[in-house]
Amino acid sequence: MRMPLSAAIGLFLTALYFLAAIFADLIAPYGMAEVVGDVWEPISAEHWLGTDSIGRDLLTRMIYGGQTTILIATVATLLSFTTGSILGFTAAVAGGWVDQALSRFVDLMMSIPSLIFALVVLSVMPVSLPVIILVMGLLDATRVFRLSRAVALDITVMDYVEAARLRGEGRGWIIFREILPNALSPLVAEMGLRFIFMVLFISTLSFLGLGVQPPMADWGGIVKENKDGIVWGVPAALVPAVAIATLAISVNLVADWILNRTASLKGGRGG
Amino acid sequence: MAEDILRIEGLKVEATIHPPGERPRDVVLVHEATLALAPGRVLGLIGESGAGKSTIGLAALGYGRGGVRLTAGRVVLGGTEIRAADAGVLRDLRGRRVTYVAQSAAAAFNPAKRLMEQVIEATLRHGLSTRPEAEARAVGLFRSLGLPDPEHFGRRFPHQVSGGQLQRAMTAMALCPRPDLVVFDEPTTALDVTTQIDVLAAIKRAIRETGVAALYITHDLAVVAQVADDILVLRHGRMVETGPTGTIITAPTEDYTRALVSVRAIAHPEAPPAEPILTVEGVSARYPGAAADVLSDVTVALAPGQTLAVVGESGSGKSTLARVITGLLPPASGAIRFAGRTLPARLAERTREDLREIQMIYQMADVAMNPRQTVRTIIGRPLEFYFGMKGAARDARVQELLDAIELGQGYADRYPAELSGGQKQRVSIARALAARPKVIICDEVTSALDPLVADGILKLLLDLQAREGVGYLFITHDIATVRAIADAIAVMHRGRVVRQGRKGQVLAPPFDDYTDLLLSSVPEMRTGWLEEVIAHRRMESAGH
Repeated sequence: MRMPLSAAIGLFLTALYFLAAIFADLIAPYGMAEVVGDVWEPISAEHWLGTDSIGRDLLTRMIYGGQTTILIATVATLLSFTTGSILGFTAAVAGGWVDQALSRFVDLMMSIPSLIFALVVLSVMPVSLPVIILVMGLLDATRVFRLSRAVALDITVMDYVEAARLRGEGRGWIIFREILPNALSPLVAEMGLRFIFMVLFISTLSFLGLGVQPPMADWGGIVKENKDGIVWGVPAALVPAVAIATLAISVNLVADWILNRTASLKGGRGG
Repeated sequence: MAEDILRIEGLKVEATIHPPGERPRDVVLVHEATLALAPGRVLGLIGESGAGKSTIGLAALGYGRGGVRLTAGRVVLGGTEIRAADAGVLRDLRGRRVTYVAQSAAAAFNPAKRLMEQVIEATLRHGLSTRPEAEARAVGLFRSLGLPDPEHFGRRFPHQVSGGQLQRAMTAMALCPRPDLVVFDEPTTALDVTTQIDVLAAIKRAIRETGVAALYITHDLAVVAQVADDILVLRHGRMVETGPTGTIITAPTEDYTRALVSVRAIAHPEAPPAEPILTVEGVSARYPGAAADVLSDVTVALAPGQTLAVVGESGSGKSTLARVITGLLPPASGAIRFAGRTLPARLAERTREDLREIQMIYQMADVAMNPRQTVRTIIGRPLEFYFGMKGAARDARVQELLDAIELGQGYADRYPAELSGGQKQRVSIARALAARPKVIICDEVTSALDPLVADGILKLLLDLQAREGVGYLFITHDIATVRAIADAIAVMHRGRVVRQGRKGQVLAPPFDDYTDLLLSSVPEMRTGWLEEVIAHRRMESAGH
């Protein structure tokens, strides 16, 4: 099967960002917090993207910022997916009071706007990477819970799940062998989307000053540091904004393609 | 003949399929179909699924379902060639000169609109008559179709009428614009046998009264024999045989037609009574939150190595009985006794051994197997789970079971999507057998299959019973299947067992009213049967 152009573009850009993040130490031209020039120098041969509000090389900041942003978003997404989907599947398979307790707790969590929730938690807790990741991951797990519970409910009524129950299979087999493989394609598509929300979320937190703390770089933080430049006609704040936007789009292009492919797999929902 | 309502000449229908992991390719659904239909005649199109009968039926409306293209030949409807006609011409013809009755009336009606609105919609849209005229005609049709309270029937919503009534309402919808041709696409297939006969009689009478020509599509030769003047037998998109109904069913010339006519000719002598292995004793059950019992005081018994057929219409509680036996629905009262012991009511309390000895086969093999597991996993899992078999020993046993279900080599690594309907059901049987059970509950296992395929499955089941000594609790609505395989029969109606005993006793008179109704409703493979039954019933009700 040929890869469609949109997926190829998405895959290329996503790979580019991830590789840049992984090999940041090798490819960054300067040190992360090194002041190497004047404030807001324009684009030049030494500084491909110019310099930032205190004279650090913007490309270097972007590369390290990408590393932080992508790391946080990835780990938080994985956390939210494992917790959310396992709890969601458990709720669907167990039913009864287990389902009620989990679902009502999630409703409670979701009734509080997650940004405000996160801001409150982060303002009383020490702001460190693990805490940020934990807060983001668990808040987002509520969304994953809702989706995976709904998907699993559709699957649990299938005769093959009933057949497994009648065989006497345990909950583990039913969740991981009967439900999970059939729930995977909607979940993977959702995973792309949730990853992007994580990028936006951490960027928002950093922009508001409760996310990644200076001198560490992250894309939201870079926007914050350089936002005043906009008034003076300095485009430095737009660079991370464009990075966030292109990453968001390309990850979604890839997720769409994966969804299409897995849906038409053998035994999938037809293609 | 110029006066034919419908003439199809050398019609070829193609579609593009997208097999997983392969390039899309074109397949021919119908090769060189040719037929002619004179005014007022009824032509039966018969064949198994995939024979192209619905495709031809829809081609008579100039329509191809998603991605289906009419690529060659002529379709002439009332003098107009419509195969390549543009949308405007087709829109003018459809709903005015040719109409369509779908298999699932429940899915074809808009649940948010009253029946009358939908029945007269096409008539009004085409400006064929005014609203009062159309409504008057609809009421007349409701009456001739035998619908209750015809004056006010149209005020109801689709969910307020039964399935059989909805199917008749759909027939009224098709006949309302006074079309020249109606295409009936399996109109009674989804109905219970006792309902089917009423709908069939209503359709037949409506066709006679309105003098409309009809294409009647079905997979059931006995049904089509009641309504059609001529029959066209199709297989794999090719015409097999065509001729007057009487000739086709009494003197078919092709082997395939002969096979269709003689389907369900399995003879299974009744086994002598024996001490039961599974008994359901005075079971009553209801679903949580429901007000009424689904089962009331049901007592049935199954002897080892024999078949107990549980017969009834939908809603009679026969599938609920299976759920009670398997422990999915604990009964409100009564007990399930198996091999001398009382089984715990709830699934969770049963031991692995309890579960192993009673296995289940489902109606829809498609959803009874995990689409993401290979046949090897599907059949191998019970071996691993109950007997701890692993690796080569397990694979050898899987192959043995595949041989037993007559599939042989090369199937172990396939996914369910790569199997045909009959093969899937065979794999389900193998999965049940893998547990070496004493009893298998078969829930309508053949009703989703084509007659010839179903025949093969029944033969296989009987064969395996003789070899493995397994008992079947066979749930079905189809009397022909019961005749073919049962040793004992329990007839269920509204949650009660109304009649039970050995096959010979149950199927011999004197009958109770319900069993009589059930037995006499099964279409027989001869013309004129429908009229006889209807006349007989009318006489009986007049006598009361």
